[in-house]
Amino acid sequence: MIQNISNIVVEKSSDPVERQVVLPFKQSLAISFKQIRVRFFRSLITTLSLVLAISFLSFVRVSNDVANGLLATGDPDFRRQLIRAGYDLGPEDVRTETNPKQRWIVILSILVCVVGIVNAQLMAVTERFREIGTMKCLGALDRFILRLFLLEAGMQGVVGAVAGAIMGGLFSLVNSAIQFGTPSLTHVLLGDLIFSIAFATGVGFLLSLAGVFYPAIVASRMQPVEAMRAEH
Amino acid sequence: MFNEQNEAVTDESSEAMERKIVRVSKVTKTFKLGKVDVRALKGVDLDIIAGRYVSIMGPSGSGKSTLFNMIGGLDKPTSGKVFIDEVDIAQLDAYELAWLRCRKIGYIFQTFNLIQVMTALENVTLPMIFGGMGNETAVEKGMELLDLVGLGDRYQHKPFELSGGQQQRVAVARALANDPAIILADEPTGNLDLITGEEIIALLKNLSWERKVTVISATHDIKMLNVSDQVIWIRDGQIEKIEERRDLTISVGSVGEKW
Repeated sequence: MIQNISNIVVEKSSDPVERQVVLPFKQSLAISFKQIRVRFFRSLITTLSLVLAISFLSFVRVSNDVANGLLATGDPDFRRQLIRAGYDLGPEDVRTETNPKQRWIVILSILVCVVGIVNAQLMAVTERFREIGTMKCLGALDRFILRLFLLEAGMQGVVGAVAGAIMGGLFSLVNSAIQFGTPSLTHVLLGDLIFSIAFATGVGFLLSLAGVFYPAIVASRMQPVEAMRAEH
Repeated sequence: MFNEQNEAVTDESSEAMERKIVRVSKVTKTFKLGKVDVRALKGVDLDIIAGRYVSIMGPSGSGKSTLFNMIGGLDKPTSGKVFIDEVDIAQLDAYELAWLRCRKIGYIFQTFNLIQVMTALENVTLPMIFGGMGNETAVEKGMELLDLVGLGDRYQHKPFELSGGQQQRVAVARALANDPAIILADEPTGNLDLITGEEIIALLKNLSWERKVTVISATHDIKMLNVSDQVIWIRDGQIEKIEERRDLTISVGSVGEKW
């Protein structure tokens, strides 16, 4: 045992560690990833609300792309089908936009989703009070804690947003195929489609970050003395 | 600053031994509970000599925890000054405080407080990574420390796969990670059974003896008194008495006999 001790002491004096407190990005990423993996089920539920909101957004946008594709063919038959399906088309319109009602529903669903994420993340912070306090005692800075939570939410955001956007897009395409027949899919402009899905993914990612921002700030401002509190 | 510490380890001259690692001067602390001011500390003066094993005793509500947190740089006094290694902690900004916690102080908690998602080794290496040590060096030293506390073969285990005593051993290894000058132990045996508690006390005493680390613990545990060089009794926000090792009249138990 004494041998060990002297080894460590020698190593210390030769070790050129500067006056610094750091947490390398790779380490933060590894810690955040572990946090998600350990609380997989909870993360899944948090992400699920994001998936649903984003798939709805993606569905609305992709459906609109399909309608635009059909209109662009100039076929009066398609135009009649679209009007019957509820699209608000004037006789001269060659493009359609999402109507205000749809937009409101999408915005509402996104709001509900953000509130859900804030709620879930605040719970996660409360649950980890002692852990955060301990990390602070070990020398973690506020920004390490902030970064860990943002990274975690970012990863959840990417996965949830991509899954939601693709799910909503696919569902919309299937729906259109049933409503207007499979040929309708061939008229969709690929650029529009990709843009819609990318847009939905981006919105989802930002929502996830927006939702975690306040809880992460609460976590990072926590005092290390919390770690000393035994009752939990 | 570290060199001094090294000398203290190798050179056992009385001069190095008498260094005051913690100096508490006329410290008061007032908490606001609603509209009532609660005076948790009413003017405490205290010197703690480097390399000693010090216990802080006192009933709950005595200000024991407040004083303990103050010494650990976790709380700032309302008036008066706290010096850790001759640095006034009230003067430090958040970054310097974090550095102090990382490099100068090792914390041991009643509830172990290992990071649940990390293995024993990762828990021990975390403070070293905060301290700017490279990953490989940290892993190497982490393994040495786990060997030192007798858990070298369990480095891959997660905290929930370890017993209470083993978790506390990992916590001791983690506290030693950056070769701190002070180890602060808050009721380190509070959640352990008698025998495991004795093992942890023996380990702490051993470390303070061989590495000349100052161990400061807040405790109710009588077993702890047997190994203490100094016992500080707190009552009603003030120091009631300070007993030196030689003055202690408590019967020496099995742990104490080793020392």
